[in-house]
Amino acid sequence: MSASFHIPAINHSTHTATDSRRRFFTPGMLVVTAIAAVGVGAWLFRMLFGLGAATNLTNAYPWGIWIGIDVATGVALAAGGFTTAFLAHILHRERYHPLVRPALLTAMLGYTFVALGVATDLGRFWAMWHVMLPPFWQPNSVLFEVAICVMCYLSVLYIEFLPAACERFIGRVNLPGRLAVLNHPVDRALRIADKTLGRFMTIFIMAGIMLSCMHQSSLGTLMVITYGKLDALWHTPALPLLFLLSAFAVGYPMVIFESIIAHRSFGLPGERSLLAELGRFIPFTLGLYLSVKVADLALRGQLPRLLVGDYYTQMLTIEVCFGVLIPILIFSNRHLREQTRWQFIGAALVVLGVAFNRLNVFLFAYSPLERGATYRPSAIEIAVTLGAIALTVVIYRAIALILPVIEQLDEHHTPHSRHDQRFPVVAPLSSHPISHPRPVTPTVPAAESNTVVGVKE
Amino acid sequence: MNARTSSQRTPKSGSDAHPPIDTSRRGFLKAGAVLTALTVGGKSLASDGADGASKLSQGRMGVLVDLTRCVGCRRCEWACNDANDNPHGKLEECDDQSVFASLRRPRTDQFCVVNATRNPKADPSPTDPPIFTKIQCMHCEYPPCVSACLVGAMQKSPDGPVTYDASKCIGCRYCMMACPFERLTYEYDRRFTPRIRKCELCSHRTHDGKLPACVEICPVEALQYGKREDLLRVAHERIAAHPDKYVDHVYGESEGGGTSWLYLSARPFEQLVDVGLPRLPDKSPAERTEHIQHAIFKGAAGPLGIAAILTTLHFLTRKGGHA
Repeated sequence: MSASFHIPAINHSTHTATDSRRRFFTPGMLVVTAIAAVGVGAWLFRMLFGLGAATNLTNAYPWGIWIGIDVATGVALAAGGFTTAFLAHILHRERYHPLVRPALLTAMLGYTFVALGVATDLGRFWAMWHVMLPPFWQPNSVLFEVAICVMCYLSVLYIEFLPAACERFIGRVNLPGRLAVLNHPVDRALRIADKTLGRFMTIFIMAGIMLSCMHQSSLGTLMVITYGKLDALWHTPALPLLFLLSAFAVGYPMVIFESIIAHRSFGLPGERSLLAELGRFIPFTLGLYLSVKVADLALRGQLPRLLVGDYYTQMLTIEVCFGVLIPILIFSNRHLREQTRWQFIGAALVVLGVAFNRLNVFLFAYSPLERGATYRPSAIEIAVTLGAIALTVVIYRAIALILPVIEQLDEHHTPHSRHDQRFPVVAPLSSHPISHPRPVTPTVPAAESNTVVGVKE
Repeated sequence: MNARTSSQRTPKSGSDAHPPIDTSRRGFLKAGAVLTALTVGGKSLASDGADGASKLSQGRMGVLVDLTRCVGCRRCEWACNDANDNPHGKLEECDDQSVFASLRRPRTDQFCVVNATRNPKADPSPTDPPIFTKIQCMHCEYPPCVSACLVGAMQKSPDGPVTYDASKCIGCRYCMMACPFERLTYEYDRRFTPRIRKCELCSHRTHDGKLPACVEICPVEALQYGKREDLLRVAHERIAAHPDKYVDHVYGESEGGGTSWLYLSARPFEQLVDVGLPRLPDKSPAERTEHIQHAIFKGAAGPLGIAAILTTLHFLTRKGGHA
């Protein structure tokens, strides 16, 4: 990555990561894996027997939970990737670096499953490649824009995450059996990738943010065309802006939510003080979203409807109160913000609130013209959706155990990126005997070092 | 044309940001150029078809439905099934009036249906006939399904029909979400090759000089096939000649940006919402969406704006000595 390439690492002897921390299967993970397995089975059923057999979709409800949850909510909740990268790499807030990789991993897995979700929902999934060929392109289509952006962004995410693999495997490529002849070439490829990526990473990060802004908003534009079917509380030309702002707003809560779960699950101390700092941004992002939402409702004359109290206004009230107002209060309060419990409650509320918003737009507030038409997801649809979420968790855990993602867990700990080299690693859990050479010497004033996570509770 | 103006703008907008020269900036401009080319490449295609109506030919065809003439014989349903190789019984089975008990919608194996509404007089006598309304794909002038389809499987033919090409379709069903009349149907039960099914205005018949099957069979001339502009003239003449008989409105003249199917009625159209003629604004839902899309992506302005902001922030917040 840089000039420091051949400087030997300092080996730390503080091996605090016990075996239990690095175990893959905990009782909870067994349940999650079982859900994932059922999901894979349900998915196979859909692929073999078709949408009609597997889903309760109809002409009145062409889109169900696979689009509403797997795609729309999945994309929104993967916003932690670009929002955190923005903070750490564009605004140079280096202390947030430990949060970037977990967020990127979530985004990478999230978008992978978004793509799989789309493929599962497509009636003619085998013709998916049409989207990639210019002769088929129909650029007036909002969905075209979403599809192209999601494809590009997925590639960008894999590139952004590649340094983690480089870090872990450079100098340690050890393929089994006959594949061992490839050890050297693979190592070389990784070194080249590492060098090249180190030079261009800022560009990929910018591209990632740009692509995210484009399709997060277009996902909202998607439903503007459903005239007369989506309730007026949500159906607005401002939908793209609202989707974009809510994606901004859900990014950090999602990072907090995951960080707390992941650290607890691995039995690690956690990143309480850093998360509290990150939490300071949430009232602003949520506040901006809320003010645009209220202004939009007011301008379109929908505010008086809130006094009526019908089904739709109830849904909107739940969405805004629990997903926006209460989290603003929690994260505005310094005392609450500092506590892991309230961080978790506040973050979970925003995550659920944005998920609820996407579901309102795509399902709950969508009423077809056909009188009496209803949609209740089938068991297969639910199993596939839950399976996708569970499988994301399973793969996240596997990758977190193999690659340097979560700093406190990182057995081969080396600073994550070239930016990090300026920061001291205060309490590395351990260091692998043949770890990738990397200096860990502090080059910044010690005063800043207390911002590095996991130092002490 | 869009593409050219924007690619000229690309290097300029990069220099607007005035970042210090270093590798990131050079690389950034490169990436910017690639991304711009990608965005603009896509969006320039858009400008050709953006104005959906401009592609239409003056002599485009349509069908005028005079609901005051329809007697609910359902011969049109039979002829439609026959012309489109959909399952159907004998012609006489159309006389079965029991199907009117419920409101029906087009299905994958039946592209047009006739619905009945009870005559909404204040005191309807049993002899008052119901109002019959035939519904099918309306063949919009500016069709949201065409605008929604990302692979161009839905097309608006310049001479009127909205057609579907299964060989392009990927099965996303966004066209169905977009249809403001909810007339598209999907073959959910076909495992690997489901298709959208809909009325195509019998384009396979009209190309051979024949009438659409439903128009041909209609025994009471409730259906009339012709150039849309002629049909509109006829419709307004009928209203003018019998103001007592018709409400002064031609449904489809402007609904959702206009449709190829036009309806005349004795009853206010508000009473026919449930049987399948929804109230729609004069603009196509596609127009609004496309305006939003084009406003954001015109000349790649949105993405380039984001890129400029990011670059500026990146260099403003940079700490000394580190690039």
